[in-house]
Amino acid sequence: MTKKIYLDYAATTPVDREVLRTMLPYFSVKFGNPMSLHQFGQEALEAVEKSRQNVADFFNAEASEIVFTSGATEANNLVVKGIVRAFLAKNETKPHIITTAFEHHCVLNACKSLEKDGLAEITFLKPGADGLIKADDVKKTIKPNTILVSIMYVNNEIGTVQPIAEIGKIIKKINPKILFHTDATQAVNYFNCDVKKLGADLLSMSAHKIYGPKGIGVLVIKKGTPIKQILDGGEQEEGFRSGTHNVPGIVGLGKAIEQVASAKNKIINKNITTLRDYLIKKVLKEIKDAKLNGSKIKRSPNNANFSFKNIEGESLVLMLDKEGMACSTGSACSTGSLAPSHVLMSIGLKPEEAHGSLRMTLGKYTTKQEIDFAVEKLKKVVSELRKTSGNVLQEFYDKK
Amino acid sequence: MQYSKKVIQHFTRPHNQGTIEDPSGVGVVGNPVCGDLMKIYIKVDKKGIIKNIKFETLGCAAAIATSSMITDLAKGKNIKEAMKISKNDVADALGNLPPIKMHCSNLASDALKKAIEDFESRK
Repeated sequence: MTKKIYLDYAATTPVDREVLRTMLPYFSVKFGNPMSLHQFGQEALEAVEKSRQNVADFFNAEASEIVFTSGATEANNLVVKGIVRAFLAKNETKPHIITTAFEHHCVLNACKSLEKDGLAEITFLKPGADGLIKADDVKKTIKPNTILVSIMYVNNEIGTVQPIAEIGKIIKKINPKILFHTDATQAVNYFNCDVKKLGADLLSMSAHKIYGPKGIGVLVIKKGTPIKQILDGGEQEEGFRSGTHNVPGIVGLGKAIEQVASAKNKIINKNITTLRDYLIKKVLKEIKDAKLNGSKIKRSPNNANFSFKNIEGESLVLMLDKEGMACSTGSACSTGSLAPSHVLMSIGLKPEEAHGSLRMTLGKYTTKQEIDFAVEKLKKVVSELRKTSGNVLQEFYDKK
Repeated sequence: MQYSKKVIQHFTRPHNQGTIEDPSGVGVVGNPVCGDLMKIYIKVDKKGIIKNIKFETLGCAAAIATSSMITDLAKGKNIKEAMKISKNDVADALGNLPPIKMHCSNLASDALKKAIEDFESRK
């Protein structure tokens, strides 16, 4: 059998064994509905509340400030739409939202949908070529009708780390009423997510990026935040999120976040950083016409994102897959849309550079042998694909 | 999105990949914005038969597979017949393409037509 190497931890992570073990009883033995008054229900409720406390501790919030959702996409939709909804119920003016051009599609498209419906005006801040948003740019964009600023903590494609705490401070200095939200989905594993230190009123995350299960996430909502639900039903989660609790998911999330907070995780993260630095150095040294996308310093420990000249990303990912290596790309062809990655375009890459991108993201199970193997295969595949593409790109520009 | 086995075969082991020195005609299509650039070289004999055909492609798996397939379909054909090879012919021969790839990456028949037109304009 061919060796299989997973270098796509930013897409999703495998569920940790201990996390899985903790979850299993809640499928068919302790299966109760936490809203039920009998023992079955109370047993499930206890597990949900224990997990809620773990999550609250991790974010330095109150248990009552934790809302379980189906994932970060739902949490982010709840933020954007729920805040505008609450505002419009009491005001007649059109609210203004500030976000970034390289936000995850769930925030981006939630904002665009409000804009399209005429419910809000949106500013999409452009990051610099290093993939970083400047706090000063946020400051300059604030208007009298700004009600929400939503900026991701770590970018999911290029791994750049935004100055969240600094932005939080600036916003509140100008107008303490403006709500500050950060999508911390890619940050939880590696960065301090204390909502008080970050100055965030709202923070969202998803369990499957931290070795927890898919289909469960969290929105931290600071007490007193004006926000309305977007799902109506049985009023679970204090009415913020109706729908029967995903008990095994919630239990898994609680365990996974406990592990992130553990001392062992610090050692794991140090190891990931070392391997990632080794990977970047090796690729840039051994493969010509390769470049790293996004800041080298302000970068999540697990992320490497390259562009290779005369290579198209989907081809690259499929060839690497044949060699047993799982990575991803910002090329259009991989996403089902026709445009190349909005993230890479927002930091000023040419379309062909965005098409020629490869994201390699490491995790706690990544080894040095795997990185060595990966770079060997990458070298081989890049050279094969460059043979196929010949000189067509240069000729295209020469003709122009 | 999923590719057929035939697409993966042609993508991973493309036929007639490379260049022709002193070609009778060359056709280039595509642009870097959409991500696909394709170049077809043909060598046509006195009877108008495509004796040799090669391609160079920068693009996704579908772009490379359709390039490879068109060279198979066109080789040995009279240029009049080769002109008639359509996008659908290429897709059918590959056991179909994902719908989104039909328009953006199925450019090989256009490249071949351009190469034949180039050949005729040189006459």
